[in-house]
Amino acid sequence: MISWLSSSDAGALLLSLKLASINTLLLLLLTAPLAWWLARTRCRLRPVIEAVVALPLILPPTVLGFYLLLFLGPNGWGGQLMQLLGGHPLTFSFAGLVIASMIYSLPFAVQPLQNAFQSAGGRHLEVAATLRAGPVDRFFSVTLPLARRGIITGAVLVFAHTLGEFGVILMIGGNIPDVTQVASIAIYDHVEALDYSAAHSLSITLVAIAFTLLLGVYTLNRRFRLLGSNP
Amino acid sequence: MSIELKLQIERPEFKLSIDTVIPKRGITALFGPSGAGKTSVLRCIAGLERHPARIQVGANVWQDDKHFLPPHLRSVAYVFQEPSLLPHLSVQGNLEYGFKRVPKQQRHIQFDNAVELLGLSALLHRNTEQLSGGQRQRVAIARALLTSPQLLLMDEPLASLDDDSKASILNYIDEVQQQLNIPTLYVTHSTSEIVRLADHLIMLDAGQVIAEGEINELLTRGDLPLAHHADAGVMLKGTVAAHDDEFHLTVLNVPGGQLAVSKKNIAIGAPVRARLLARDISLTLIKPEQSSIQNILNARIDALIDDADPAQVLIKLELDDCHCLARITRRALSKLKLNVGMEVFAQVKSVAVVS
Repeated sequence: MISWLSSSDAGALLLSLKLASINTLLLLLLTAPLAWWLARTRCRLRPVIEAVVALPLILPPTVLGFYLLLFLGPNGWGGQLMQLLGGHPLTFSFAGLVIASMIYSLPFAVQPLQNAFQSAGGRHLEVAATLRAGPVDRFFSVTLPLARRGIITGAVLVFAHTLGEFGVILMIGGNIPDVTQVASIAIYDHVEALDYSAAHSLSITLVAIAFTLLLGVYTLNRRFRLLGSNP
Repeated sequence: MSIELKLQIERPEFKLSIDTVIPKRGITALFGPSGAGKTSVLRCIAGLERHPARIQVGANVWQDDKHFLPPHLRSVAYVFQEPSLLPHLSVQGNLEYGFKRVPKQQRHIQFDNAVELLGLSALLHRNTEQLSGGQRQRVAIARALLTSPQLLLMDEPLASLDDDSKASILNYIDEVQQQLNIPTLYVTHSTSEIVRLADHLIMLDAGQVIAEGEINELLTRGDLPLAHHADAGVMLKGTVAAHDDEFHLTVLNVPGGQLAVSKKNIAIGAPVRARLLARDISLTLIKPEQSSIQNILNARIDALIDDADPAQVLIKLELDDCHCLARITRRALSKLKLNVGMEVFAQVKSVAVVS
């Protein structure tokens, strides 16, 4: 498919992209209510929850990976729950990678969404309410359009961050080709085997993808600013 | 349709209590110093803040001990102090936002009608960021009207504007009132705005209603601060009697007689309002025949009111069925031996006409 990559490297890259896409989609959908609540609440627990959400930013990935390994493994709560439901433990599986990536990238989704919801609220929502828009209507006709920059920023950050994920995946996913061997781990393998040319090919591909993504965001941001989308 | 309002706001170090009926015609000004709680009253009526209240509009109870209708179910429109247009929508998008959400059979103000009334047809496709402050507030007013509200709330809509825009918006608000006649509650702390716009006044101070009633009655009451303002005066209601092409004048019928003003392009018989400031009125006992001041009204002295300046005195005059004020010196009062009940001639040095 991609001629300068071996078929196993292409597989690893595709797996990375699949993981990043699924992770981005799930994380945005699942964290939107949390970000909304954090943006609106006056609850005293808010700083505690914000701190927990931000933890993955500063914890070494090995710490996250270690606890996830315990939790999702055959003897952990998560693993036992899966067995009760008739499944397998999630360690060393693609589903396990998705769960790990979601926790690892949590702050990259919640924080931009929370900021976007905060600045898209207040007076504009009151205006919409006096113009006969109910709560759900207001969310879709005012909050979402005003928050779109934050949503796109969050999506790109999560996607890029998942592509670059390494430590957590190594801890709980291992290195199984086509199941858990993502691009970052394949590069590590090549370097260990002193196969620098294969490491180069895959690395430069990741650089190109990351650059294209960021270029896209900055171009979009510029266009949005010209349109005056955000106050 | 009447609008009953009973409201209690209690916050630490702040209490407000109102029990009133807002007239179903014209503009009612909610007037008071900053911090008197005027904005909270509007927000409570709109349902944006919740306090113990009873709010009934016609047969609909918006709020009482048991009910609380959320803002989007109240037939109320709100013009905020700053225009607050939705930034992701064009001018047209903003105007349509409320209009589309009102069921067709409840729309008695049509889209084109509001656009024309506020002079917005050239701006429809503009982005809201390209508009001046005055244009934005016009869009905000039209957007509010397009929900065909039973009650229009305006919270100091001129506060964020420069003087030219203020004058222009005042004319638009006047026009809207004459054409659509939506009961309006207008919050302001500006004396000139209430004289210019209001038909009815509710005066708030320290959380209490200190006076309410017809605008000219309150403007001429000696026990209220309004009569003692440097720009104290009244707004007389009248009609256009005739146009004088030779001298470029328009003659108005007002209580107490006729006033000639610079020619206005207003049809004969149309209602007008004429603003008379206390300092622009002087009194004579004999009708002056040889004076450059040609505007003279027949008046009777109703009361003598002490002014803040000990050299001046305020004379409350009765003109047919309404009142106005004249500010003269104490020396003149003494020399002319003016007293309550006397018939006098009020010479009007200057009149400002509002159509």
